[in-house]
Order: sequence, then C-alpha cells, then structure tokens
Amino acid sequence: MKKLAFLLALLLAAGLFPGCANTGTVTLNVLNWGDYIDETVLDQFEEEHPGVKINYSTAASNEEMLIKLSAPDSIYDICFPSDYTIEKMIEKDMLHALDKANIPNLKNIDGRFLDLSFDPGNTYSVPYMWGTVGILYNTKMVREPVTSWKILWDEQYKGQILMYDSIRDTIGVTLKMLGYSINTRNAADVEAARDALIAQKPLVKAYLDDPIKDNMINGSAALAVVYSGDAMYCIGENPDLAYAVPDEGSNLWFDNVIIPKTSKHYAEAEAFINFLCDAEVAKKNTEYIGFSTPNAAARALLGADITDDPTYNPPQEVLDRCEVFRDLGDFIEVYNQAWNHVKSA
Amino acid sequence: MKKLRTFFKGTYLGLMLCFLYAPILVLIVYSFNSSRTMGHWTGFSLSWYAALFHDSMVMEALTVTLTIAVLSAAVATVIGTAAAIGIHSMRRGPRVAVENISQLPIVNPDLVTGISLMMLFAFMNIKGGYVRMLIAHITFNIPYVIFSVMPKLKQSSNALYEAALDLGCTPLTALWRVVLPDIMPGIVSGFILAFTLSLDDFVVSYFTTQGVQNLSIYIYSIARKGINPKINALSTLMFVAVLTLLMVVNLKSIKEEHKAAAQAKKAEARS
Repeated sequence: MKKLAFLLALLLAAGLFPGCANTGTVTLNVLNWGDYIDETVLDQFEEEHPGVKINYSTAASNEEMLIKLSAPDSIYDICFPSDYTIEKMIEKDMLHALDKANIPNLKNIDGRFLDLSFDPGNTYSVPYMWGTVGILYNTKMVREPVTSWKILWDEQYKGQILMYDSIRDTIGVTLKMLGYSINTRNAADVEAARDALIAQKPLVKAYLDDPIKDNMINGSAALAVVYSGDAMYCIGENPDLAYAVPDEGSNLWFDNVIIPKTSKHYAEAEAFINFLCDAEVAKKNTEYIGFSTPNAAARALLGADITDDPTYNPPQEVLDRCEVFRDLGDFIEVYNQAWNHVKSA
Repeated sequence: MKKLRTFFKGTYLGLMLCFLYAPILVLIVYSFNSSRTMGHWTGFSLSWYAALFHDSMVMEALTVTLTIAVLSAAVATVIGTAAAIGIHSMRRGPRVAVENISQLPIVNPDLVTGISLMMLFAFMNIKGGYVRMLIAHITFNIPYVIFSVMPKLKQSSNALYEAALDLGCTPLTALWRVVLPDIMPGIVSGFILAFTLSLDDFVVSYFTTQGVQNLSIYIYSIARKGINPKINALSTLMFVAVLTLLMVVNLKSIKEEHKAAAQAKKAEARS
C-alpha cells in the first residue's frame, strides 16, 4: 500500500510541474480564434526562434477572450480580439504598450489600416485581418442590382432572407439603413431599428450565424447578411453568388494582435507580432483564412485575381462609407433589450 | 391482430432507431463529401480524412481528450472504489449521510462544478491547464464510480469476506482476492462510465483549462469560421472505434455466457 501511495504521489508531482524539465525555453501562450492561422507558420516561428515554444489555443468570441485575459492567473502572451473589444481592454488598462522598435515589419501594414479610432497611434495593437459586412445574394434569384439594405425589407423576397444572429451586426446594418451611426448612443435610434427589424421579421427565413454559408451555397435562400471573408468562400463554392456593400454604408471590422499586460515575455511576444507582419507569413495566413489582410507587402505577393476582387479588396470609396464598431459601455444594454424584443416578437 | 401488433412493434422500433442514428448517418455521409459545405454533395472523397491526420491542432486536442479520459477514469476508479468500500462498512447513520453527500455532485449542474473549480484553481494558484483539467475530470468522475460500485457491494454478502479472514487471509489479501473480484463488474462499468463522461465533457473543461484544449473546446472555438468536414471525419472514426469496442465487449460476454451454460449442462449430466 505504501508503495502505491508513493507511486501516486510521484505521478501527481510529475503532473503538477510539466515543462519544468526544459528550463531556458520560453513558452508563448497564444490565444486566437479557431481555425484562424496557417499552422505551418507556427512551426516556422519556432524554427526561427530557438528557445521559444508556442502553446496555441483558441477561443470562440471576443467576450471569451476578454474573460480569459482578465482572469487573475491569465497565462496568455498574445491574443487577437476585435476592434471594440480592444477599446474596452485599453480602458481597463489590460494591454501592454508595444515597443515599435521590436516590430520593424509594421512598415508592411497599409497606412489606411493604422491609427484607427479604437487604438489611436496603434499603441497597443497591430491589425491582423479585416473585412466588411454586406449582402450576399444569389444572382439567379435577385435580378435587380443590390445597392441598399432596403432590399432586405422587400416583400418580393419573403422567406428567402437570412439575417445574422448577432446583436451588433444586425442592429448595426438596420441603423445604417435608417441613416444612423452603428455606434449610436441615442435610445430613439436603437428603438427605430428595433421596430424596423420587427416589421421585417415576417420576411425573414431565419436568424443564423455559421449555417448562413451552407444555405447560400445550396441556393436555399436568396439574400443574406454576411462578412466579406465568408462571402469570398461562398462565392468560391457557388459562382451564382455575389456580394455587395450597400450605399448607406456598413461595418468595417478588424481583428488585431495584442499583448496583455499580464504577459511575462514582452520581447518574445513582440517578436511574434513582428513575425506575423512579415509579408510571406501574412500572405500564407490570408490565403489560409480567406479574409483580407491589412498587410500591403503581403497583398503585393497575391495574384491579381484575388486583389482585384472587390469583395476581398473593396475600393476606397466603399471603405469611406463604412464605420468601425466602438465600445458602447453600459449603453449596450439598450441594444440587448432591443434585440430581445426582436427575437421574441 | 397479432400481425398488427408485430407491425406496430417493428415501426416503433424502427422509428426510434432512426431518430437515434439518422443524425450520425448524415455526419458520416458528409465526412466523405468532397466539398466543405454541408448539404451540398459534390462527390466522394477521402480528402477530409487525409487532412484530419495532417491537422496538428486537431490531433493535439484528440491526444488531450484521450489521455485525460484514460487517466481521469483510472484515478477516479481507484479513489471511487476505495471510497465505496469505506462508505459501505460505515454504520448506518453516517453511511446514509456520506452516501448522499457523495452523490450530490451528480445532480449539481456542470456549470457550478466548472466555475467553482476554476475559482479554486486560481485561489490555490495551480498553473498548467493540463493538470487543472485532469483534476477537474477526476473530481466529477468519482461520484459516478461510487454510484456504480455501491450497488455491487450491497448485493455481495459480508460473509465472503469474513470466510476469507477465517481461512487465513489478511484483510488486505481478502480485499484483493475476494472483495474486489466480487464487485469487479461494478468497477468496470464505473470506469467505462467515467471514461465516456470525460470524453464528452465540455463545460467543466472549458472553465478550468488554461492554454490546453480538448476536442470539445477546439470544435466549439472553430464555430466562427465554420465546422469543417475534418470534424465529421474525426467523429466518424470515434464512432466506429466505440462501436467496435462495444461489439468486442458484448461478444466476449456472450461467449462467456455460452461457456458457463455449457459447463452447467455438463455438470447436470454428470450428476
């Protein structure tokens, strides 16, 4: 029995201190979205930086990233939250101010995507992927040109419209249709959007997220609100589909690399960010993920068939119409309530 | 009349099996689809199976899931069986109390277990996502092992153990050679139960882990980009593996039953 107890104690002890054997190596804990990197670049980074090991894990939402990074015993050194979440993290003083001297590849990033409202001067973040929100439609079912969000309220397409099951995206495009800002803090604007969505509800086939793609590729719906990256993928699978960002404007979104203040390996994490900004690496990632890269040097390496695609690389005048999400603070409650009304109407 | 009855019996059974297995069948069929999109059949292909084995992220998550399941089930079986034997030999009053307390975590929502463990780990400053997940899985597995060993102990009689002592066994050998073999079916089913529960778990793992992920957490996290057929391929392989395991176990027990029945017949013939 004593032997058994000893063995058990040994096992537990061995389990409690994993990785203690190889001291001298730094482990970078990376928290990214699922399926959001070309895994081969991780090996490449480890090869180029002997002594740094990457422990990669994934999260499903901005909220999850926020919770994981603000845990008192957070272990993460790199994370990829979206624009408005970064704003919130800055406000909570959770982010490490980047040492730009360690990130010379920052010069590769297109100037249009630097110094944005959620992180002026890119003190804390470097853009990783970006895109727009727009309407994906089946050209066999929708003969007219798609130029306005109002087409999603057209009786003619009753039962063939798919809306995004997401508070800010769906209320956001409705606000845009009504001529308001997607970041409005005026309760009357949000209520107007709520009423418009309730009026639209009889026409809507379903509120979905990921399955929107399958439905559009199958041709079982005519119109859907989607992200540009997903639109690229759907059009690749079904050439009858087309994507448009309506004239009223839309949401422009960014996922960005940051280093939480709690990290103990700032220098290695900055080296990793610099590595991600390398033209070849960024090219691999944008090709794997299918979302647009903010890296101008990487874009130069892509084929013209991709960069000339207005879905992947919309012209400047489209970007000028779009807005980036801002953190709404406590006002998000008004959005939540409006959304609950829509869903239960 | 009888025909009608068998007809309804058949349809009922058929419908039930259909409800149970149709979703799995769809999953299996689409794992062989050459397109990435569900519900859009473009031709037979094994490419997702090839991609699966080249995906280091999925393979890593699978390793975590399997090792955690085996380790946590083994440890929980040892602890749970010892606990059950201890509880069984208590006096009635305390026994009922401890038995009930030990079963409480079964009805406790996973969410509560997960969050409380997360806070405990943070409080005790236990780093290392793998160890955290392992401890958490052992914790939620123990009550199930106790739960499946307890009835076996109640069925078996104390007389066996006492007879063993009378015949010269030390208490430890009596435990090892008499009590444990007697309750072995309960221990085995406890282990299998613990193994499958650990394999399945999402909520507790999700809250307790840190930087380490099992399959359920990984699959959840790729939802934004979309579940791809690699996951179908993986699920198909796991389904087939479990199916074969069950068939082997069942065939073995059927064979043993036959053997026992034949032996009994022989003995009867002899007398």
